[in-house]
Amino acid sequence: MTERGRIWLFAVPAVAVGVLLVWSFAGLPSFGHYRGPYGNVINANAIPQRHTTNAVAAVNFDYRGFDTIGEEYILFASVIGVSALLRLQRRERELPQPPDHAPRQRAPETADSVTVICMGLVAPLVLLSLYIVVHGHLTPGGGFQGGVILASAFLMVYLAGRYVTFRQLSPKSLLDAGEGLGAGGFVLVGFAGMLAGAAFLENVLPLGQTGKVFSAGTLPIINLSVGLEVGTGLLLVMWEFLEQALMVRA
Amino acid sequence: MTGVLQAIAMLTVGVFGLAVVLNRNPLPQAVVFAFFGGSLVVLFIVLQAPDVSLSAIVVGAMAYPLMTVLTLAKCRNGSRD
Amino acid sequence: MDVMPFVLAGWLFLIGLYGIVTSRNFIHLVMCLGVLQASTYVLLLEIGYKAGGTAPIFFDAHPGAKAVDPVVQALTLTDVVVGVTVAALLMALALQTHKRTGSLDPADARIMAG
Repeated sequence: MTERGRIWLFAVPAVAVGVLLVWSFAGLPSFGHYRGPYGNVINANAIPQRHTTNAVAAVNFDYRGFDTIGEEYILFASVIGVSALLRLQRRERELPQPPDHAPRQRAPETADSVTVICMGLVAPLVLLSLYIVVHGHLTPGGGFQGGVILASAFLMVYLAGRYVTFRQLSPKSLLDAGEGLGAGGFVLVGFAGMLAGAAFLENVLPLGQTGKVFSAGTLPIINLSVGLEVGTGLLLVMWEFLEQALMVRA
Repeated sequence: MTGVLQAIAMLTVGVFGLAVVLNRNPLPQAVVFAFFGGSLVVLFIVLQAPDVSLSAIVVGAMAYPLMTVLTLAKCRNGSRD
Repeated sequence: MDVMPFVLAGWLFLIGLYGIVTSRNFIHLVMCLGVLQASTYVLLLEIGYKAGGTAPIFFDAHPGAKAVDPVVQALTLTDVVVGVTVAALLMALALQTHKRTGSLDPADARIMAG
C-alpha cells in the first residue's frame, strides 16, 4: 500500500474517532465536578482503617494491592525481555578489549564541571530515594517513585564520565539478585497474610499510630520491596543499553 | 471550571506534544521529549497529583532521553561493527 | 473553557496516533507512543479532579478536607513507570532490527523469508 493510501486510510477513521471522542467527552461530568463514590469513600476511610496519611499508597498497596502485583510483573517481564533481546547473539562475540574505534574517534572528554556536579549529586540522590521510599505511606512517594530516583542516582556516576566505576558499583549479579528479591518480596508479604489466617495480601501487621514511620502494617515493607525492584530493574535496562553502545575508555 | 493556571499548563502540554510528533529526527526529538515531560509534570502538580508527578519527573527527564540517545549511538556506530 | 481538559486528552491521543502511522523511524515511533500514553494519564487525572480540592495526602491537611480522587492517581503512577520499561523493550527491538536489516525505517522491515 502506498504512503498516500496509508495516510488516507488513517485520516478517515481518525476523523470518525475524533467525533466519537467529542461526543463521549460531552457526556462526562464537567471538569472539576467529580461525582463517583469511591474516591470520597477512600479519602474518608483510609486513615481510620489503615493508619496511613497517603491515600494513594493505601489504594496502591492495600486496597488494590493485587493490581499492583500485576503491574510490577509487567515491569519484571519487560526487563527480562530487554535482557533477552540484547544478549550476545550467536553471530556476535564480545570484543576482549575496548573496541578499536576508540583511537580513531575524537570523542570529547567529559567537562570538569559536569563531572563535579554529577559526582556531587550521587549521595544526595541516594538519600533522597531512600527517604521517599521509606516515607511512602506518610507523604507523597513510595516504592515506584523512590526506585526510579535510586536508579538515576547510580546513573549519575555514568553521566560524570566514570563508566568503569559505574560498572563496578552495580555488578550485574547483584542487580539480578536485587530484582528477584524485590519482585518476590511483594508476593511473600501476601503469603504472610495467608499464613496469619487472613486473605492473600491482607494487612495483618500491627497498624501502629498514624504519622509514625512504623505504621500502616505491611505498607512500608511492600514499599521497600517495590522500591528495590523498580530501581534495580531500571538499572538493568540501562546496563543493557550501555553495554551495547559504549566504548570503554579505561 | 478550568482555572487560568490549569489552562496555561494544558496549552503548554498540547504544544509540546505536537512538537514531539513533528520532530522527525530522533536526536532533537529526545530533547523536546524531555521538555514535554517537564510540562506534563507541571500539569500533574496543578491537577493536585504529587505522587504521579514524582514518577513522571525522573521518567520523562532521564529515562526516555537516555535510552533514546544510547539506542541512536549504537545504531550509528553499529554499522561499523 | 470547560471542554479544554478533555480536548487536550483527545488531541494528544490523535497526534500520537498520527505520529505512529506516519513514522519513518522506529525511535520516533516509540516517543510518539509515549505521547499517546501521556494522553491516557491526563484523561485519568482530569476525571478525578475536584475543583478546590487538595492532594489526597492527609499529613498536613486535616482528614475531612476536600481532596481529589486517589484511585485514578494510583492507577496513573504505576502506569508511568511501567510505560518507560515497555518503551525500553520496544527500543531494544528497534536496535535488533537495525542490526539485522541495517535501517531504522519501518518501511524497510520486510518479512524475511526462510
